[in-house]
Amino acid sequence: MTLTSDRLGDRQKLSYIAGQAADARLNLELETEGMTLNIGPQHPATHGTLRIVARLDGEQVVWAEPSCGYMHRGYEKLTEVRTYPQVTTLVNRIDWLGSFANEVPFILAAEKLMGVEAPPRAQWIRTILFELSRIANVSLFLGDLGVQLGAITPVFLAFRDREYVLNLIESATGGRFHPNFDRIGGLKDDLPAGFIDETKAVMKKLRNFCDEIERLLFGNEIFQSRTRGIGIIPRGIALQYGLSGPNLRASGVDWDLRRDQDIAMAWNKVNFKVWTHPDGDSFARCWIRLQETREATLIVDQLLEGLPSGPVMAKVPKIIKVPEGEAWVSTENPLGEMGYYVVSRGDLGPFRVKIRSASFNNISITPWLLRGVYVPDIITILASLYFILGDIDR
Amino acid sequence: MSQLSSTTDTTPPEIVDEVRQKLAASIRATLGDAVLDVFIKPGDDIWVRVSNESWKVAVQKLRDALGFEYFCFLSAIDWMPSPYGRGEDDPTEPPPERDTTIRSGYAGGETRMQVFIRLVSFASRIGVTVKVDVADEMPSIASIADVFGGANWHERETHEMFGIDFVGHPDLRNIYLPVDFEGHPLRKDFPLLARMVKPWPGIVDVEPLPGGDVGEEEASA
Repeated sequence: MTLTSDRLGDRQKLSYIAGQAADARLNLELETEGMTLNIGPQHPATHGTLRIVARLDGEQVVWAEPSCGYMHRGYEKLTEVRTYPQVTTLVNRIDWLGSFANEVPFILAAEKLMGVEAPPRAQWIRTILFELSRIANVSLFLGDLGVQLGAITPVFLAFRDREYVLNLIESATGGRFHPNFDRIGGLKDDLPAGFIDETKAVMKKLRNFCDEIERLLFGNEIFQSRTRGIGIIPRGIALQYGLSGPNLRASGVDWDLRRDQDIAMAWNKVNFKVWTHPDGDSFARCWIRLQETREATLIVDQLLEGLPSGPVMAKVPKIIKVPEGEAWVSTENPLGEMGYYVVSRGDLGPFRVKIRSASFNNISITPWLLRGVYVPDIITILASLYFILGDIDR
Repeated sequence: MSQLSSTTDTTPPEIVDEVRQKLAASIRATLGDAVLDVFIKPGDDIWVRVSNESWKVAVQKLRDALGFEYFCFLSAIDWMPSPYGRGEDDPTEPPPERDTTIRSGYAGGETRMQVFIRLVSFASRIGVTVKVDVADEMPSIASIADVFGGANWHERETHEMFGIDFVGHPDLRNIYLPVDFEGHPLRKDFPLLARMVKPWPGIVDVEPLPGGDVGEEEASA
C-alpha cells in the first residue's frame, strides 16, 4: 500500500485546497441566499445527541457549530460528594463503549496519591481489559462508519464480533458495559477459569473481522472517494486543538501514551507498533483505527502469554483516605487521551476532579474543520473524528 | 501548602529529578519575573505558577520557546472548602459550622480561584501544569484562544462553570448550561441541589462487610 507516502499526502492536500478555492470563486459569482441547517440531535452520525447548526451557502458550509450539553451530567461536581471507590461508578459512564478504560486513569491517580501500586498480575489484567474495551469500542466504530457512509453490511459484522468481546468482559467483570471492576490497589477479582483460551480464540476472530472490514470497506472505491482528502487536519492545528489518539496520529504525530509515558501498566512489557498516517484526512483517521484494533488484539495475545501469577490486590485499608496532594494521570483510551486531575485534601472523597476527556477536544475542532466543506462531508468528518456524547459532555 | 512550594527544599535527598530541575531552571530563565513559584514532585510532575498579567505571554513563550506545543486542557479550581461539606447533612437540622479557610495547592496561590492549564512537550515527553491566580471579585484572565485554538471551548466551559471572565475570547457563550441559568455550578458555594432536597441514601445504607471490622483487607491470592 502506498498510503504512507508523504508526497501523496501533500498532493492531495494541495488539490483539495485548490478545489476549495475554485468552489469559493464560483460561489461568489453565483451567490445564493444562505440557509441554516440543523443536523441532529437525533441523527445516526451524532452518536447520541450532538446537534450541529450549520449555516449553508448552497451546498457549502459557511459556519458550523456543534451544540453540546444534551447529556451533561455534572460528573465533576458529583465527584466532590462521593468517596473514591464510588467515583468509578460515575466515570464508567463517560465513554460508555469503552467503560473499563475510563476507570483506569482515575484509579491510577488515586493510587499515585496514596503511594500504592497494584501487584503485577493486576496491572497485566488491567491492561488486558483496557485493550478489550478498546477493541469493543473501535470495532463498533468500524461498523458504524459504514452505515454513516451508506454501507449496511459492516455494521452487522461489527455487532456480531463485538459481542464476543463484550462476553469476555462480562465473564471477567460481571458487567457488559459498565464493569466497575477496578479498585484502588488492584482489581475486584481474578480472571475466571478458561478466560485465557477463550480470549485467544476471540482475538483470532477479531483479526478476521479487521481483515474483512479492510477488504469490504477500506478497499471500496466509493468509501475512498467519500473519505480521501475530506476534512484535512494539519499537524500544527491538531496539536493546538489538543486532538489526541487516532485523530492526532492520523495527522502524522507519532505520539501514543501507551508507549510514551512511564505508567504502572503492562504496555511497556509487550511489543506493538504505533500506527501513524501522514495525510490527516478522514480516510487516515479511519485507517488508523482499523490498524489499532488489529494491533490491540496482538497486544492482548502477548499479555495473555506472559501473564504473571500472584495476587490481584495490594494491601490497602478498608476505608480509603487519600493523602493531601495533586495528581494528573492520563492514558491512551479508545477515543484518545483521557485523564483525571485529582486534588485531594486527605478526605474520603476528592476535593476536585478535572476530567479531561478526549472527545471534548476532538470535537472542539469542528467549527474550524467544517468551514467550507459540503453537506455530505459533514457526516464523513463527524464519523471519522469519532466521538461519544458522554465523553464530550461528561 | 505554600511553605512546601520552593524548588529545592521539598525534594527528598534520595530522589532528585534532574530533568525537571533543569526544566524548571529554563522555565524561570525564559519567563523571568512572570514565574511566581515552581513546585516539583520528583519523578512525577512539575507545577508552575505565573502572574495574572503575564499569563498569555507566558503560555505563548512556553509554546514557542520551550516546545510545549500540545494543549491538553484548561480548567479552574475553587480552593474554598464547600460550606455544604460533602452533601451529607440532615436537611431538617441546622447546618453545622464548617471551616472554609482557603488553602492553595502545589505552587501556592493568593486567591480563592485559580485557572490551570496542562501543556505537553512531545520532544522531552514532559508535561507541565501552569497555574494562575484570578481575583476574587470579578475574576478575569486573558484569553489564550488565539495561542491554542483548543482553549476556546475549555475557556467557555470554565467561564460558565466558575464565572471567570476570559478577556479577548471571541465568543464566550455557554456550552452546557441554558442561557438563563443563574450561578456557577462548579464553585464550591454552589449547592448540589439533589443533596439539599433529599438526604444521600448512601449514608444510611451501609451494609457490614463480611469479615467484621478488621482494619485491613487481606490480599486475595
